[in-house]
Amino acid sequence: MTDQPINITPSRWQRLKDNDIYWSFINSPGAMIAAAITLICIVAVFSAPLIAPFNPFDPSQISLWDGKLPPAWAEGGQSQYLLGTDNQGRDMLSTILYGGRLSVLVGIAAVCLGMVLGVSLGVISGYIGGATDAIIMRIADVQLTIPGILLAILINGIGRAVLPIEVRDEFAIYVVILAIGLTDWPQFARVARGATLVEANKEYVQAARVIGLPSWLIMLRHILPNTLRPVLVIATIGLALAIIAEATLSFLGQGIPPTTPSLGTLIRVGNEYLFSGLWWITFFPAIALVVLVFAVNLLGDWMRDALNPKLR
Amino acid sequence: MSELLEINDLDVEFPTRRGTVKAARGVSLTVKPGEVLGLVGESGAGKSTIGNAIIDLLERPGRVAGGSIMFEGEELRGRTEDEMRKVRGDRIGMIFQDPQTSLNPLLTIGAQLVETIEKTTGIKGSQADDRAVELLEAVGITEARARLKAYPHQFSGGMRQRVVIALALAGDPDLIIADEPTTALDVSIQKQILDLIKKLCRERDLGVIIVTHDIGVIAEIADRVCVMYRGEVVETGPVAQILGAPNHEYTKSLIAAVPRADQRLHRFTSVDYIEGGDEERRRIDIQTHWLGEARSKPSSEDAIEVENLNLSFTLQKAVLKKNRKMLKAVDNVSFTVKQGEVFGLVGESGSGKSTVARLIAGLYRPDSGTIRVKGTDITTKPKSAEAVEARRAVQMIFQDPYSSLNARMRVMDVVAEPIRFYKMTSSEAETKQIVRDLLDHVGLGAEAAIKYPHEFSGGQRQRISIARALASRPKILICDEPTSALDVSVQATILNLLKDLQEELGLTMLFITHDLPVIRQMSDRIAVMRHGAICEIADTDQLFAAPEHEYSKHLLELMPRMDLLGTAAE
Repeated sequence: MTDQPINITPSRWQRLKDNDIYWSFINSPGAMIAAAITLICIVAVFSAPLIAPFNPFDPSQISLWDGKLPPAWAEGGQSQYLLGTDNQGRDMLSTILYGGRLSVLVGIAAVCLGMVLGVSLGVISGYIGGATDAIIMRIADVQLTIPGILLAILINGIGRAVLPIEVRDEFAIYVVILAIGLTDWPQFARVARGATLVEANKEYVQAARVIGLPSWLIMLRHILPNTLRPVLVIATIGLALAIIAEATLSFLGQGIPPTTPSLGTLIRVGNEYLFSGLWWITFFPAIALVVLVFAVNLLGDWMRDALNPKLR
Repeated sequence: MSELLEINDLDVEFPTRRGTVKAARGVSLTVKPGEVLGLVGESGAGKSTIGNAIIDLLERPGRVAGGSIMFEGEELRGRTEDEMRKVRGDRIGMIFQDPQTSLNPLLTIGAQLVETIEKTTGIKGSQADDRAVELLEAVGITEARARLKAYPHQFSGGMRQRVVIALALAGDPDLIIADEPTTALDVSIQKQILDLIKKLCRERDLGVIIVTHDIGVIAEIADRVCVMYRGEVVETGPVAQILGAPNHEYTKSLIAAVPRADQRLHRFTSVDYIEGGDEERRRIDIQTHWLGEARSKPSSEDAIEVENLNLSFTLQKAVLKKNRKMLKAVDNVSFTVKQGEVFGLVGESGSGKSTVARLIAGLYRPDSGTIRVKGTDITTKPKSAEAVEARRAVQMIFQDPYSSLNARMRVMDVVAEPIRFYKMTSSEAETKQIVRDLLDHVGLGAEAAIKYPHEFSGGQRQRISIARALASRPKILICDEPTSALDVSVQATILNLLKDLQEELGLTMLFITHDLPVIRQMSDRIAVMRHGAICEIADTDQLFAAPEHEYSKHLLELMPRMDLLGTAAE
């Protein structure tokens, strides 16, 4: 009875090309530019060990005599240090690439943590409802009344105080990720809960209940995949915010220690020298941060429009 | 008599990125003053497109590509937006489908009427008020002057649609285009609105174009009919001729597919011109197949027993009990369904019929009362092993084929879900084969398994839902308005399929609908519901021949007249 070929589906690539979202992407130059910049930034920072001219963590490559050199084109600059050097004699370009990698990594990890936590709580809250819903969402509401960065500083502070002094620097990154992730989750929870309330009333969920599937399976298999669109949008915008949050924490001296610089740490270090005329130490990391965040934000904006059926 | 509107060779195109779609091809039609022209067709036939093209309100990026639209001897094509705005409202009035959305909820009825009157006729101030009162009285709203200050939410659906009609009349137009004016309304209100439109048409010598998918509406109101199929007018003529003795094959098919209230057919006549007709079904041999293993043996046992069922929804929460507002959705409902019987629940929207279905399916818990499925109480201890087991025998088919399938799962996984969850087969290969057989059996073909739901039409999706319900090997199938979102020809094929399955598998069926002709074709016994309570339970033929309860009589009187259909179905 199955004599004719079953495999008549178009290939994955064909499906992708037929997709409305792909089409909207191809037809919006802003999104393509933003995606290109984001991609370049991410590829550049992750291939830092390959493309950076120096390794800022290798003491043998650092010479204090080369410290505080201006960019190559300025008076007194050396051609091997394209963007100049910082106070310790580290090449700025290399440090930005390595620092950017740390910033992006922390950002992605923090968003993932916030997303997993927020989406699970949001879906549970929306699907189960009642007292569970009230408790989870009131916690989120209370948390949202406190400015995010203050909360991150608080969590960060507690995290560092709990750790024994000798491992503090080693674990600083994880503490920062935890701090930002824990600050982030209410956004995800609200969006996921809203989407869940809509999906839970649809008849396919009721059909799953009539089949007799348990709640956790319905949430996991039916509701979760259908709430991911809006979550993806705020995750992109959340990534930009998380990168900024990390930079802010590090700038305030609460985040990553100066020995393993992130963009925020670099800006802080440079800030001390800004009024001595050493502008490049703070300027270039700041520009890198702005470009990265701007591109990610643009991408998030486009995604919000492309994934919103009402605007299409 | 000269023509009020004359359309010649109209072409409408929608350029899309996958090529140009021709929504209307060479459409010609005419409307005379004082005449109701019915434009009938199924979804995608282009009937609404014609209405929108006349008033230049085509959805972007649609455009009129050719032909002419002559209105009172003047060409309407190629006018500027300003000129068209004067024509709309002033000389052509419009009535849309949903009265909920065609009125502004933040403005009073009076303000909306006066605004339109001032804009279209130039009458100002208290005279405009008087005119608004006149209009409201003309559409049959009592105490019109007091109601000018009311907001749309204070009106019922039918009253709102009357206000929409008053708005359409405000500019004293010569032509009214009504796009599915009664589709969102209950049958009792539908009749009043259609009578009103017809009366206004005669009194004011208006031309009316009524766009609808419902042959019943056409039979009720139209003088002449244009039947549309895939963007073309396939047949035009007086209503009696088109419905009684259609010439074109498509019209014949369409009319054969309309459920008849006056007689019971065993099956709907199999018709051409319909996607996924009956012919291609490759059936499986129920006797030997997995699906048939759990088939019910005929017995005199009751399949469903419902006793004194009650359920209230909270409309307004409050700490004190007396301040709470409750809606009694199900009010002391009792009935029994015998094994192998098709039991119909009929009622208007808000009558609680769907709530009863959901209670039996276990989606809601009743406040009081008991439900027994095959003798097992499923309400007192819903979590107990016996209750869970009993409820597995009950499956449900939902109304909306677009939301009843998870868009992110392949059809294979959708249908296989219950089989896999309950480990009903010994191997994955067997599961897959059963899913393919099921898809074949409901008339989709095994190839459907690897596709996603969005690749199917409404009727095909409903077949997937049916396959999913069958995969649990149910003994009882609850169908909650399974065809009310479908075109009439597709409805006929789905109803045929359900009927076949019911007979083959000996299913007990609870069939819920607002549509009396449909329920007459489907059920053995019927319960009529109103305001959450059952008015009357009777055998189908007896109910249609001699209803006992006042409300049943009322409902039956409201059914659209089908006598025009004559013997065309045979």
